[in-house]
Amino acid sequence: MSAVDHLLSDTLRDTLRADRPVALATVIDGPGLGAKLLVRPGEEPLGTLGDADLDRVVARDSLAELDAGLTSTRHYGAHGEARERDVTVFVESFAPAPRMIIFGAVDFTAALARAGKLLGFRVTVCDARPVFATPQRFPMADEVVNDWPDRHLATVADRLGPRDAVCVLTHDTKFDVPAIVGAVATGVGYIGAMGSRRTHAARVERLREAGLTDADLARVMAPIGLDIGSRTPEETAVAVCAEIIANRSGVAAPNLRDGTGPIHRPAGG
Amino acid sequence: MREVFDDVERWRAGGHRIAVARVVGLEGSGPRDPGATMVVNDAGEVAGSVSGGCVEGAVVTAALEVLDGSRERGVISFGYSDDEAFAVGLTCGGTIHLYLEPLDW
Repeated sequence: MSAVDHLLSDTLRDTLRADRPVALATVIDGPGLGAKLLVRPGEEPLGTLGDADLDRVVARDSLAELDAGLTSTRHYGAHGEARERDVTVFVESFAPAPRMIIFGAVDFTAALARAGKLLGFRVTVCDARPVFATPQRFPMADEVVNDWPDRHLATVADRLGPRDAVCVLTHDTKFDVPAIVGAVATGVGYIGAMGSRRTHAARVERLREAGLTDADLARVMAPIGLDIGSRTPEETAVAVCAEIIANRSGVAAPNLRDGTGPIHRPAGG
Repeated sequence: MREVFDDVERWRAGGHRIAVARVVGLEGSGPRDPGATMVVNDAGEVAGSVSGGCVEGAVVTAALEVLDGSRERGVISFGYSDDEAFAVGLTCGGTIHLYLEPLDW
């Protein structure tokens, strides 16, 4: 078989491997069963569902679904008419992997980067200190960046959305404050910052001095993670990832931020 | 789909024909969301999954029928609430709709 026979699936594969957005529309019932349209933002659709008007309507709807990260079954008339049910089209969205940006190349970073990969994040480790932030120390990360947090965030700000996460593990106001200030200036869905309750209370004062409002501070999960008695870096990584999932799903879960007890409980306690 | 392309590529290089099953709808409780994908080659090898293991066996049978021409491409459903359903179903009680076709695109 030549590659030309598989133009649509090869293009889908290559687009996914490049981590670029793409939607695949397939007729799963009605005339043209099995016909496909591959839709990518800013490009002409590939393939056809067998009718130019239907193609146009489905391409438009697929871009909207892709934007919202939705996969669904839709019904149309034979020429794309709304409120008719001649053709059933399955629109599958392939949004790029969500991003997790971890600030601070510390003990907890490698475990969180591994857990982030497990959940399907594209993981960036960023630290201004080149001695600590090396690809050798964080081989599981997709990217290791030596830069100041605010400068790095400025380069990716327009790409951060509700599915993405920023985790500040630096433990040092010199880095924490620009990282959190930079993160609240983006549309990122999750912002968490490590540190004891006392550390965070001091950090909040610095953040207010830097101009953050109550609404900005309400977006910051600190101390970071769910209150599940984590002790090791790996257990802490699970607590952070669980908090990211709970925040996204809106399900109530015991956040360390909203509790009052000690973060680290006695062993066996 | 993302997770099965390595296998698809290898199977195609080996001259295999491939069928693909994708979850296109769920009613009630179901273990995998729409878009979950399983591919089956003409030697009966499998990659990916469409449920928690409840219907995979029946999907392999149906996929091989699509590849040997004894079954048309189209939607198949599993679940006790569906008259068209196979004898197998989801243990969680939901109904799952799959679109099954040869990977000829």
